[in-house]
Formats: sequence, structure tokens, C-alpha cells
Amino acid sequence: MNIKVILFGKLSDIAGSSVSVNDVADTDGLINALHNNYPAFANTKYLIAVDKRVIKENTSLNNNSIVALLPPFSGG
Amino acid sequence: MKDKNLYERYHRQIILPEFGEAGQQKLMSAKVLVIGAGGLGCPALQYLTAAGVGMIGIVDDDVVSLNNLHRQVLYSVNDIGLSKAERAANVLQQLNPEIKIIAYNERLENQNTLTLLEEFDIIIDGTDNFSTRYMINDASVLLNKPLVYGAISQFEGQVSVFNSQTLKGSDEAVNYRDLFPDPPKDGEVLNCAEAGVLGVLPGIIGTMMANETIKLITGIGEPLIDQLLTYNALNNQVFVLNLSARKETRSLIPKNEAEFLKTDYIWLCSSPVSNAEIDTNVFNNLIEKGNIDVIDVRELHELPEANEFPNIKIPLAQLSNNSSLIRSDTVIAFCQSGKRSLQAAKILSGIFGDSKKVYSLRGGIIEWKKQQQTV
Repeated sequence: MNIKVILFGKLSDIAGSSVSVNDVADTDGLINALHNNYPAFANTKYLIAVDKRVIKENTSLNNNSIVALLPPFSGG
Repeated sequence: MKDKNLYERYHRQIILPEFGEAGQQKLMSAKVLVIGAGGLGCPALQYLTAAGVGMIGIVDDDVVSLNNLHRQVLYSVNDIGLSKAERAANVLQQLNPEIKIIAYNERLENQNTLTLLEEFDIIIDGTDNFSTRYMINDASVLLNKPLVYGAISQFEGQVSVFNSQTLKGSDEAVNYRDLFPDPPKDGEVLNCAEAGVLGVLPGIIGTMMANETIKLITGIGEPLIDQLLTYNALNNQVFVLNLSARKETRSLIPKNEAEFLKTDYIWLCSSPVSNAEIDTNVFNNLIEKGNIDVIDVRELHELPEANEFPNIKIPLAQLSNNSSLIRSDTVIAFCQSGKRSLQAAKILSGIFGDSKKVYSLRGGIIEWKKQQQTV
């Protein structure tokens, strides 16, 4: 299973604007894999969206799911 | 529209079939409060003024600086050092003398927020810090006012409409805390001064905020209710996320005015250590409020003695082992000059985390005694 992850703000500074993650069944697994690859993610708050819907609980992922991770911005 | 001058001024939008004279009338009776007259506020204000919003409030306690001018397009070099709220109001009033513009040259705080927001129909958040953003969000929920939200960082922006009953019929409106329940701490997210921002970006995002506001007022189109739009100025990618309200969010928002007034938004958004230092005035206020533990972290023999207020003597080296002596939710450490007490604040923050507010008295007991004599 191949999950595309789109990154915003500080997260894209760390890992680029998008990354692919293989062999994860749900968002918890995905976040674990990302934190292993990019330890700096742990220092940032972000929201998780699966197929453009913001989620708060662990959510199962399908092949070709698109996940977005979006940190808060404060600038005005 | 009876007034020919007004008809001519707004003619090009009145002839839009969806908009019409009815849309113009709605704009002219609307009251919009723009919080922050900076990168987002300037373009939003310009378009709302031009469009004929009947009453516009501008809140900002900052003054114009040279490094604002690349993005805060209402100001010129002659305005440097002058109040943003007042300069913006002046420039905008020349653009449209037919509307009412009020400048509030003040900082939004718990005490003035609810009273001010109550006067307006729609709130626009163009601020540049999380503590004010969370405070505005919570106030809008309490007062049931739609909040047009925008925020930027470097080349990216976010726009949304919060706390507006969805047309789709769900009973609870989405607010900012449904996205990010708790504020990030100081330094976790960089602001424009630290991370930089392309000048045109707030121009685009602020203009989108004006557009959302005009759609909300006139009822045309589809405002970003229950949606968050992100825009990337480098590749023009737009991403719209769907949001849902969460029951848990309600518990994070003050339930009434009294709770709102008691919420310390600055503390919520500060890392315990960076915001730990307080001056003698704040120190005296906290002591007066009571329910605090004041800790003297000097060695036991050190002078001058501090017997003007109750305190517990725990020398710095013994602090970690004696933290159980500290019972109150607010703790202030002091020493001779304020250096050791800052270390003490770090240690105590490490032990208590978010469960206690930990402060250090700047300048120590020496400065405090000096201030008491001059009062």
C-alpha cells in the first residue's frame, strides 16, 4: 500500500512538500513511520487530514489515500 | 438606492445579478471588526472599505515600522512611528467617506475583548500571535459571532470561516480549536519576524478574507464554512480541507464571561521558562490575589531578609527534593538579583509541567525593595 503524504509549513521544510509511505494500515502507523524517519516532526503540532477530511482519531487508510499534515500558522 | 452618489460609487458591483441593490444594502448595514491592521488587515480593510461595509472597527496597538511597508500597503514612510489603527482609519476614510470607521489604538485583552466584539456582526482575525488568536476564537464562540480567519507563514496561507452556522444543517459550528485544540508554546511555531514572509502573500490571503466576509454578509456564493483553504504562493497549489465540529472542543472554551476573564491566554501560549519573569508590579498583584506560594531560593543566611510577604525558604540546591512543599497552583521564586530564581523557575516548570504556573521575580528582592521605597 502506498500512501502519499502532503506536508505544509515547517513540516515541508523538514521533509519536502510530499513523501510516500509504504506498508502502513492506519494513520497511527503512518505517523509512527514518519516520526521514525523525521524525528523533528515530534517537535511540531499539526493536524491530520485523510482524503481532505480532518480527523482526530486513528483512521484506517486505503491504497492511494492522500494524507495531509498541516501545522498551525500564527503570522498576520 | 435613493442616493445617486452611492449608486454610482458601488455601480459595478450592484449590476452583478447575484449582488444587486439588496447586496449593497446588506453591506451598508454591516458592522465588521478587523483585529490587527498588519499584513492581513491592510488589504482586508481596503476592500471592505471600498465595497461599502457600513461600519468598520480597526484594533491594533502597534505603530508603523519601516520593515512593515513591504506588505502593509496602507502605510507610507511618513507614518513610521504612528499608530497603525489611527493611520489606517485616516487613509481608509479618504477612500470612502460614506462609511463609519473607528480606530481602537489598544491591545486586545480579556478585559476589553467581549465588550468590543459585541458591537460588531463579523470578526476578522488578522493578528500575528497565538495568544490573541485563541482569545478571539473563544470570544467569538461565546458571543456566537462569525470569525473570518487568516494566517500566513513564509509562502503559505490559511483561510477559513469559523463559528458560522453551516448552511448544510449541522447544529454545531466549527471553530479554530476543532483544528488545533491547544495553543502551541512560544517558539514552537515561528512568526513572520522570525521566519520571514513574502510581501504579496498577506495581500492575497487578506483579500480572500475580505471576499469571505462580503460573501457572508451578502449571502452570495459559498463561504469557507466548515472548510480550511490553504494556498501556496510558490506553486499556486490550493488545498481545501473539510472540517467537523467536535464535542471535546467545547470543554476547552470558557463557558461564560467570568471564565473567559480568568483565562490567561498569554500564559497558555508561552513556554514556561521564556515567560517566567515578572516585574515587581505583577509580583505585588499576584501576592494580593493570594493562593500562591512564594519561594525564597537564596541560602538561609542571605540578607536582606524578606519578611514583608509570606514565603517559604528553600535554597536552590535543595529545590528538587523539596518540591512537595509547594502546594498552590501559582509559584513565584525569588532570590537576590533574579538569576537563581530563573533557574529555580526552570527546575519547577520541569517538575510541575502545565499543572502549575511558575514565575521568577525579575531583579530579585533587591529590586523589589527599591521599588517599594519609590512608591
